[in-house]
Amino acid sequence: MSGIGSDLLKVAMPKGRIYKQASKLFREAGLPIPSDFDDTRKLIIELPEAGMEFIMAKPVDVPTYVEYGVADIGIVGKDVLMEENKDVYELLDLGIAKCRMSVIGLADWKPTIHPRVATKYPNVASAYFRERGQQVEVIKLNGSIELAPLIGLADRIVDMVETGQTLRENGLVEMESIFGITSRLIANRVSYRLKNDRIQSLCDRLQEIIVSNQALN
Amino acid sequence: MTKPKMFEKPAGVKDYLPAAVKKLRYIENKALACMQGWGYEQIMTPTMEFYDTVGVASSTSDHKLYKLLNNRGTTLVLRSEMTAPIARVVSSLLRESDFPLRLSYHSNVFRSIEEESGRDAEFFQTGVELVGDSSPEADAEVVALAIASLKAAGAERFKIAIGHVGFLNALFGELLKDRNDAQETLKSCLLGRDYVGYRDQLKRFNLEDAVQGELESILRLRGGVEICSQAQQLGGGEEAQKAITQLCQIWDVLDAYGVCEHVLIDLTMIGDFSYYTGMTFEGYAADLGFPVVSGGRYDNLLAQFGRPAPATGFAIKTTRVLELLGIEETEQEERTLLVYNEKGRREALAEAQRLRGLGIAAVTEKADSLPSGLDGAATPFLYKGLSYTGLAVYLPAEGTKGGTTS
Repeated sequence: MSGIGSDLLKVAMPKGRIYKQASKLFREAGLPIPSDFDDTRKLIIELPEAGMEFIMAKPVDVPTYVEYGVADIGIVGKDVLMEENKDVYELLDLGIAKCRMSVIGLADWKPTIHPRVATKYPNVASAYFRERGQQVEVIKLNGSIELAPLIGLADRIVDMVETGQTLRENGLVEMESIFGITSRLIANRVSYRLKNDRIQSLCDRLQEIIVSNQALN
Repeated sequence: MTKPKMFEKPAGVKDYLPAAVKKLRYIENKALACMQGWGYEQIMTPTMEFYDTVGVASSTSDHKLYKLLNNRGTTLVLRSEMTAPIARVVSSLLRESDFPLRLSYHSNVFRSIEEESGRDAEFFQTGVELVGDSSPEADAEVVALAIASLKAAGAERFKIAIGHVGFLNALFGELLKDRNDAQETLKSCLLGRDYVGYRDQLKRFNLEDAVQGELESILRLRGGVEICSQAQQLGGGEEAQKAITQLCQIWDVLDAYGVCEHVLIDLTMIGDFSYYTGMTFEGYAADLGFPVVSGGRYDNLLAQFGRPAPATGFAIKTTRVLELLGIEETEQEERTLLVYNEKGRREALAEAQRLRGLGIAAVTEKADSLPSGLDGAATPFLYKGLSYTGLAVYLPAEGTKGGTTS
């Protein structure tokens, strides 16, 4: 059942973009994560010497695992946290996988009567425009969001921007920045209380690394 | 919405089948018996209340209330918790009763469904309210009773975290004097469990380093009783010191109850500031991702119903405790199957009545011969989906009389 009864500290790790940076951070914090973990196809990886277990998850599912307590803690992007709105502790800004959530449109964008916005983040997009008193129709897409304005499905998109390379190549411009994104360490409400010592000491170690990394940059 | 299929029911509500009901009743009975043992008398209130009275006074936020209209067009709510209805009763029907009043309840409550995990539209709460006593003894009593009730209901590994809304309120009030917006922002970060946001906001406020450090350090104020002395050094003026003193007193009483192994102090845990006025607490069980009990002191609620009085209490999320117990942990009841034919009927039914009088469940079945699978069955045995601890056979042949029991 739940991970909270177990003595292991269960960590939900996001597969893909964030994983390598997160595992590097964990290694710097002194966790013995073998380097071949980065390419493994295993879904659950035990790290008995550290008393931990890693659950390899699709990034958008990390907050769900943590909210239900099948993972005690997890690493996830602020974009997912904002979109999923789960009841979890947001403990630490890991400062990795930096990017931003932005409104994007064609370079010659003009206001339309029935504005349509395509996005992978319908909750974030709806809230953003609602709070500004703008009425837009939000269209949920699951990938290749940049296509939408190019083929006329929507006049703008809300998406994550890292370097802006894809945008430039497709004649799109960043119109407004909604919020900055980095990866966060999150914790389950119950785990954070029942396994507080371990979670706090991991937090402290990570915090040290983050501060010294920032000093280097 | 399309027309629902005949077996469908609204989102967020549940059917409870016999196995689940047995567990639920077990938990409910054990917890209520425990509360009874502490002098708390059970009370029942209506499922529906007026929106303008109990609905508005309730700690449940407006968008989570189930609202409906009665035949006069008045807005009603399905009760979302039991504290506000009990406050209404204490201020009306029990107006002449002396304080302190000790009341307990077990009840279904309703929340307009959120699309969030682990939250039902209808669920069960078992709890108490202790009205008319403002002392730390009263706060400690409800915490100790919450612990005793959880234990009685079968929960084993759990912790209760206690905090105090007065502390952070006073600390923010002193350190961020005349900056109400900043105070509200920080509180909403803490309420949303967003520590990253809390630290980011602090940086934005351009505070003196010492003040920023102090405000950051509260994020670590959790542990044993030593937290109280750490908190005392943070200042916050008289109010904050009063809150800490109260917590220390509550801890001392809990120590006398001998339950401190289950208790931690957590000054970052804040409930709804507009509702709670003193100590708040939340209980967590190993094996469950969600809190199983929550409570605290709410000294302003009763005044809304016209009988100002201090009060404190808690509610166990009974439906969640259900997940903690294995079915085998509830007691196996005795049940006998009596098989009879027409000739053995009178004797079989009389025997069934006798057994029922002894508190043994008796199920009767008419049959011409012993159903297959039952001959020589060892007890307990399973028959048509039910488990039996005894079998009695009343199948006399034509011309003979009587039956056999095994």
